[in-house]
Amino acid sequence: MSNEQIDKAPEAIEMKSKQHPKLQEFLFSLKRFLKNPLSIIGLTIIISFALIAVFAPIIAPPYKTDNPYQIPHKGWAQEPQPPSVENPFGTMPEQYDIFYGMVWGTRNAFKIGFSIVFFNLIIGLALGTIAGYFGGIVDEIIMRIVDLFYALPFLVVAMALVVALGRGLQSIIIVMVVLGWRQYARIIRSEILVLRDKDYIQAARASGASHLRVIFSHILPNSIYSVLIVASMSVGTAILTAAALSFLGLGSGVGYADWGQIVSTCRNYIVGPPGNRLAYWFLVFIPGFVISLFVLGWNLLGDAVRDVFDPKMRRK
Amino acid sequence: MGLLNYLIRRLLLMVVILFGVTIVVFSIMMMLPPGQRVAIYLQDERVNAEQFEALIEKYGLNDPAPVQYARWVKSVFKGDFGFSVTAQAPVVDGFKQYFPVTLELVLLSGPLIILVGILLGSAAAVNKDKPIDHFARIFSIVGYSLPTFWLGLILLMIFYGYFGLFEPGILSNEYRDVFFSEGFKSFTGLLVIDGILNNRWDVAADAFWHLVLPTINLVILSSALIMRLMRSSMLESLGQDYIRTALAKGASKKVIIAKHARRNALIPVVTISGLMMAGLMAGMVITETIFSRPGIGRWMAQASLRLDIPAIMFNVLFLSGVYVLINLVVDIIYAYIDPRIRLA
Repeated sequence: MSNEQIDKAPEAIEMKSKQHPKLQEFLFSLKRFLKNPLSIIGLTIIISFALIAVFAPIIAPPYKTDNPYQIPHKGWAQEPQPPSVENPFGTMPEQYDIFYGMVWGTRNAFKIGFSIVFFNLIIGLALGTIAGYFGGIVDEIIMRIVDLFYALPFLVVAMALVVALGRGLQSIIIVMVVLGWRQYARIIRSEILVLRDKDYIQAARASGASHLRVIFSHILPNSIYSVLIVASMSVGTAILTAAALSFLGLGSGVGYADWGQIVSTCRNYIVGPPGNRLAYWFLVFIPGFVISLFVLGWNLLGDAVRDVFDPKMRRK
Repeated sequence: MGLLNYLIRRLLLMVVILFGVTIVVFSIMMMLPPGQRVAIYLQDERVNAEQFEALIEKYGLNDPAPVQYARWVKSVFKGDFGFSVTAQAPVVDGFKQYFPVTLELVLLSGPLIILVGILLGSAAAVNKDKPIDHFARIFSIVGYSLPTFWLGLILLMIFYGYFGLFEPGILSNEYRDVFFSEGFKSFTGLLVIDGILNNRWDVAADAFWHLVLPTINLVILSSALIMRLMRSSMLESLGQDYIRTALAKGASKKVIIAKHARRNALIPVVTISGLMMAGLMAGMVITETIFSRPGIGRWMAQASLRLDIPAIMFNVLFLSGVYVLINLVVDIIYAYIDPRIRLA
């Protein structure tokens, strides 16, 4: 600190020192984040969806309050009806209201994205940290298991596993948690390999800190950022894969408010009757468009998080 | 010497991984009760409850898991992968029938995906913040966000439904008769190439026509990732000192981009391209299902839905093997284009 600053009023010095370097860093990042138009778009999309999810009972009042995820339907007529005042997005075969399905499906979409990424992160962090920190034979075994999970064709194995567990959104989430942690393990391990031999880690060990203490208070705080960046970019992908599994017929039954399930129910109505080939455009277009918008929001947000927090990218 | 050692170690590792893959798939199978697993041996026979129990006993489906696993491995070494319910044929025959359909699509779309990704990515980097860069970035983030199934359905809706241009399937009806007629010899199983070899250019053109939409679908979705990587890699490479040196000594911009910048930028892209080719399989499952192409992907979708374990087992083993091999090849290419990397 220069003399000039020290000469200033005591309050000013106090103000300056109150700004913890970590806070300064955060404010700098926040400023960069808000300057980027793409991240604003992403944030707006996600906040809008979050509001829809929170206010779902008001936007689309449930017919049965005990099971709001069951889409109400009027009659069993197969012929889908185009958008109208009563059904703003039209109806599916068997007259399920698409608007209701999309609104309540938003809650499921958040649930899918968050739970898959969160549990993947936990498993990947645990195994990657153990492998990287302890090294040797433990490392060898864990990393060969990671190699194995990389080699498995994800979608095919996921499909078989969902069928074996019993179809439904629950199974899809479980299976994607079981199969999807591999990349986090690899990233955190390579980060830890760099840190492990640093002097301050050695010093902490030498001064008698336990392995757990070293890991939680010295290693993880310094290595977790790259994993969090990847995690923020993975929410969209997780939702896409879960939707694909639902689309292939592995989701909860017809009439359940899940976006992938809705597209799956509608996929046989691509071509309309002769004379009006695009009669059923809304069936596939609207649900798919909403999924794309949601995933786009997450991807824009993930990109922005990487640009802002990744030390390799940030000050460019 | 170094390369040989490296190869031997990697191949051994491949065996270990494939062994792990069989354990994983076998565990999925063991999650099912014996009554469901006996279906593999039933094929089309109708049996009563007593015979059913007898079959479970006969094939030892109540034995401990390791015993059953050992029995399965033994039959695999005899070349018997079992019978696929979904293919209505032994697994190996089913594979021979479905594989060329998938291979044809991979051979057409794979190189296109890489080419589009690399060209668009480097063009975007060279013209940073100009219209082409904005276009490429929007193309990439949107392509990355679209569900495979949705883009496929929309393409079908517009080009097949509305314009009546590209129909799903692999051949039109009139040419399917030609294909199965006696005079038509199947050399490779790849329809376009067989058509040309039989001097039936109309068949080849028809088969190619059916490849157009699935290829567009895959290119839009998969080139996004390569484009993103190429762009950032190229930007980094353009900022290096040797580029400035080349500029200073008066080399033309074209030469610098092609010879210095792009070649160095390609290194990380090669890795991703290899992995992407292996990852193309996930896109295949959906693309083939939507466009009704009877290939490995659609077979896998059907096999998984019906838990046709022999088919799943064989194809998961095959795809994992392909993945590990591609990885190995990529690592060798990697060492070849970047002499700083030593195989160790």
